[in-house]
Amino acid sequence: MPVNEYKPKIVAFCCNWCSYAGADLAGNNRLNYPAEVKIIRVPCSCRVNPMFILRAFQRGADGVILCGCHPGDCHYISGNYYTRRRMALLFSMLNYLGIEKERTRVEWVSAAEGAKFAETMNSFVAQVAALGENKRLEDLRCKQ
Amino acid sequence: MQRIGVFVCWCGSNIAATVDVQAVSDALGKEPGVVFSTNYQYMCSQAGQDIIKEAVKEHNLTGIVVCSCSPRMHEATFRKTAASAGINPYMVEIANIREQCSWVHKDKATGTEKAIILGKAAIAKVQLNAPLTPGESPVTKRALVIGGGIAGIQTALDIADAGFEVDIVEKKPTIGGKMAQIDKTFPTLDCAACILTPKMVDVAQNDKIRIFSYSEVEAVSGFVGSFEAKIRRKARYVKEDICTGCGACTEKCPMKKVPNEFNLGMDNRTAIYIPFAQAVPKVATIDPNYCLMLKNGKCGLCSRVCTAGAIDYKQQDEIIEEKYGAIVAATGYNPISLDKFDEFAYNQSPDVITSLEFERLTNAAGPTAGIMLRPSDHEHPHTIVFVQCVGSRCDKCAEKGKEYCSKICCMYTAKHAMLTRDKYPDTEVYVFYIDVRTPGKSFDEFYRRAVEEYGVHYIKGMVGKIVPEGKKLKVQASDLFANKQLHIDADLVVLAAAIEPDKSARSIATMLTASMDTNDFFTEAHPKLRPVESPTAGVFLSGCCQGPKDIPETVAQASAAASKVIGLLSKDKLTGNPCVAHSDEMMCNGCSSCANVCAYGAITYVDKEFRMPDRTTAVRRVAQVNEAVCQGCGACTVACPSGAMDLKGFANKQIMAEVDAICR
Amino acid sequence: MQTITRDMLCDKAKSLLADGSVSRVLGWKRGEFSYDVTPAVFYSAEEIDKDFVYDAFCGANFSKYLVKETKKGDGKILVFMKPCDTYSFNQLLTEHRFDREKVYVIGISCDGMSDIRIIKDIAGDGVTGAERDGDNLIVHTLYDGDKIVPYADTLPERCVNCKSKKCAAFDEFIGEECEVTSSKRFEEVEKIEAMSEDERFAFWRGELSRCIRCNACRNVCPACTCEKCVFDNPASGVQNKAISDSFEEKMFHIIRAFHVAGRCTDCGECSRVCPERIPLHLLNRKFIYDIDRFYGDYAAGAEEGSRAPLVDYTQGDIEPSQAVEGGTFNA
Repeated sequence: MPVNEYKPKIVAFCCNWCSYAGADLAGNNRLNYPAEVKIIRVPCSCRVNPMFILRAFQRGADGVILCGCHPGDCHYISGNYYTRRRMALLFSMLNYLGIEKERTRVEWVSAAEGAKFAETMNSFVAQVAALGENKRLEDLRCKQ
Repeated sequence: MQRIGVFVCWCGSNIAATVDVQAVSDALGKEPGVVFSTNYQYMCSQAGQDIIKEAVKEHNLTGIVVCSCSPRMHEATFRKTAASAGINPYMVEIANIREQCSWVHKDKATGTEKAIILGKAAIAKVQLNAPLTPGESPVTKRALVIGGGIAGIQTALDIADAGFEVDIVEKKPTIGGKMAQIDKTFPTLDCAACILTPKMVDVAQNDKIRIFSYSEVEAVSGFVGSFEAKIRRKARYVKEDICTGCGACTEKCPMKKVPNEFNLGMDNRTAIYIPFAQAVPKVATIDPNYCLMLKNGKCGLCSRVCTAGAIDYKQQDEIIEEKYGAIVAATGYNPISLDKFDEFAYNQSPDVITSLEFERLTNAAGPTAGIMLRPSDHEHPHTIVFVQCVGSRCDKCAEKGKEYCSKICCMYTAKHAMLTRDKYPDTEVYVFYIDVRTPGKSFDEFYRRAVEEYGVHYIKGMVGKIVPEGKKLKVQASDLFANKQLHIDADLVVLAAAIEPDKSARSIATMLTASMDTNDFFTEAHPKLRPVESPTAGVFLSGCCQGPKDIPETVAQASAAASKVIGLLSKDKLTGNPCVAHSDEMMCNGCSSCANVCAYGAITYVDKEFRMPDRTTAVRRVAQVNEAVCQGCGACTVACPSGAMDLKGFANKQIMAEVDAICR
Repeated sequence: MQTITRDMLCDKAKSLLADGSVSRVLGWKRGEFSYDVTPAVFYSAEEIDKDFVYDAFCGANFSKYLVKETKKGDGKILVFMKPCDTYSFNQLLTEHRFDREKVYVIGISCDGMSDIRIIKDIAGDGVTGAERDGDNLIVHTLYDGDKIVPYADTLPERCVNCKSKKCAAFDEFIGEECEVTSSKRFEEVEKIEAMSEDERFAFWRGELSRCIRCNACRNVCPACTCEKCVFDNPASGVQNKAISDSFEEKMFHIIRAFHVAGRCTDCGECSRVCPERIPLHLLNRKFIYDIDRFYGDYAAGAEEGSRAPLVDYTQGDIEPSQAVEGGTFNA
């Protein structure tokens, strides 16, 4: 194994009811995905403020993924519908600013979709790794 | 500064095999604020919990980080541990190093490194945790049951039995539901009416139960423990408390050509009617679509023959408002419409009927007084074909039918076939099936009796086409075992139509803010562990509104829902979830963005006087969160432009601290 | 178009003050230079006669001032509003930011307000003032005397691509009522979208790197009326801090643009006041452009009480993955 192999930093926001449970299910089924993925639990995907995503990039994350219940299945009725609009606009804006659009993703993962969770993380990490380090949205001061 | 204790669990070898737990507890022990760090084989065990309690005492801990399995598993356990050790339960954070680390990574170095980062994120969060105290709200000791079928009846009886008041709201003029229409029940073949009607009478006579028949729930507000419902009691033009149910009016009513919905339109009733002899409440109802007096102002015969003086043509709908602590949805099912199944000629021939229509045809109280006569010419059918799975298990015909299995059809078809052969041994009975599904006590024995003792022809294969020709129904089908096409000249065809949730369920789910699946069945809070609760607190599910089920299952679920309701109503106060939204009034603009996204209506606005920096005062509109209503999703926190709205337990700063720790 | 003159506004203001309909007037007065017109509150006819200004530099959007001014003193405040200002006015009413009853709005027709920086670009250094003369602007300069410049050439992008000449709210209107214009404002956004990813990044890095974080854009923005801005709030985790590199600024502008998304009326004040002439409105306009494409046409402030797109949804909304592909959807 090469020593200096580039490993992207991935922050995954997961809603407590579907996607976090989906991640747990991936664990129960021992479905591997890269350790670069670190999950932050939020009650609902709609709790994720665009500021959190920007903050992650600013602090050196290479990719940010947001997972929530499938539209229509939100534990809080409509939370993920708001998430969908917010992230559609935010990601479109980041793209407009020339930030690689492959660094951001929203994926709907139900509590039953452990396999989908693992697949999603595998493909997202591969996608971000292909881009290399995030340099465009990083706050350089925070880098040692 | 917090004094944090870190407790790393091995989970036997579940964590320890892929994560170096000693390295994790050592590394986390060096984090700022951490004053104690250890690891143990099973943190959730009594001995493990004792380690935590000891450490709290010894090191004066103010915060606890447990690196263990998913918080969905043991967060509650460790919160209780913290509480018993004397610190606020919300000062506990879990780093999920099992499901999201040791179980998904194989390399020990990688797993250890990730476990340390997850631990650091939890430490960063707990640094900013604040003690939270759940709010309390009162419980109205009365339940509302929506739907008066066997599910609603059983639920109501059980709740009333425990000493609580129950209201049943039923949209039809009588309770009883589908079971009242059924002739015999499988697998015992006892008569449905014989076991249902005594329960209906029990309901009527129970002084804890009020029946609002011919009524609908119009609006529900509030939350668990204190719901408020608006119930529309539709005008039945008969004073319910005066009518004796003698039936004189129904005999005299000149309007006799009204399709009788209780017999599924196979015979007629009068415009003023009592659905069936054992109806509860046994009072007449005038159908305003057919009553000559209500339509044209000419007739009034029923009023003249009613010695009790119960008829009131001027009656208006009445709205009742009542408070409830719990609500049970028992809205039931209906067979699907077969309009799209042209191949079965349901709309072309009156002799192609649904299984529910067959129930009425064999029922002694039905349109033929229980004598098997086919609808078209009232002749006795000699060849009957039953078709199973009509609209059920339609993976490729989802636009016509349902993808799911309707569950009850195999058994009732076996029952119909058996009853037919029993009463009329000269009748040839064919059943076409995809699979015969008989999982249930004495179910397979029942099906085998139909085949072996009663000589019902069970043929694996689907019916392709039914063509009415003269007095016969030409049935074209395939026999998959014999691998040949069959042509049967049938006198009667019975279609086992798929069942679907009642159409009213969707609007009721919206009122209750309860979730539904794509088939409009109510979703349970957990498919295995909370099968009779809706995700919305205080809303419970009973019967087929949650999924297809037979009578014994429905009754079991109804009683289960009742026990959950009783559990809720027996509490004097409810403690809420303290992780709710909170608005900082000093920063709130009163812009309403938060209220616009709140699905629960938890946010209201008040005009409040503030002292301004220049020592003047100003009145400002500010948001206030009803903590008992707020569910803690956080939608408002992002909608709020000023950041005045934050979520306790998942505060902006806490989540950002986690982000920082992970990206560090 | 009938040109609005200072006298017309002064006469109106004085008569409304005289009959007690209003107790004060929000208007403009001269700053250090004649083109430094600044908003001011007038309480009497004498003050108006003395200091009230109305000329080609009265571009400030007054709606934001109403949040504070309506809370002061008794009676109504008179405010003059260009068509574009009325959208912000409605948006603030939608957000319950002030009491409509405390304001008397006079809508005034407008054919654009000059941008002194463009005039300086044209006329060179030493501009001391300028006056409108029909279709021209007479520019006084220190070194080259008076120069005559076509008025239209001195307009900023927001006026060139004026989105509406129709007042969305007023109690009274002076001038000629016109329609919502079919502006080409989104072409600016499309131009950037047509660039490659690297070009876009280079473009915005070039623009945003000039930001000195003076907060002028935020302070002037009629959508930024928060009691306390998140950038000033330590609890938000993103509060203001000393700048160290260009990336910090990018976060500030993305967050600010997102906070006003769906509420921004594209009044263009942010770009007008930016001392570095960063085209900040192109961030906000991108959101407006996307909202129109993704969720159907929506003009913040066109109607009071309308539901902003970010606090609304439909079940068939575009997925974020489709949105970044720039797909037209739902349009």
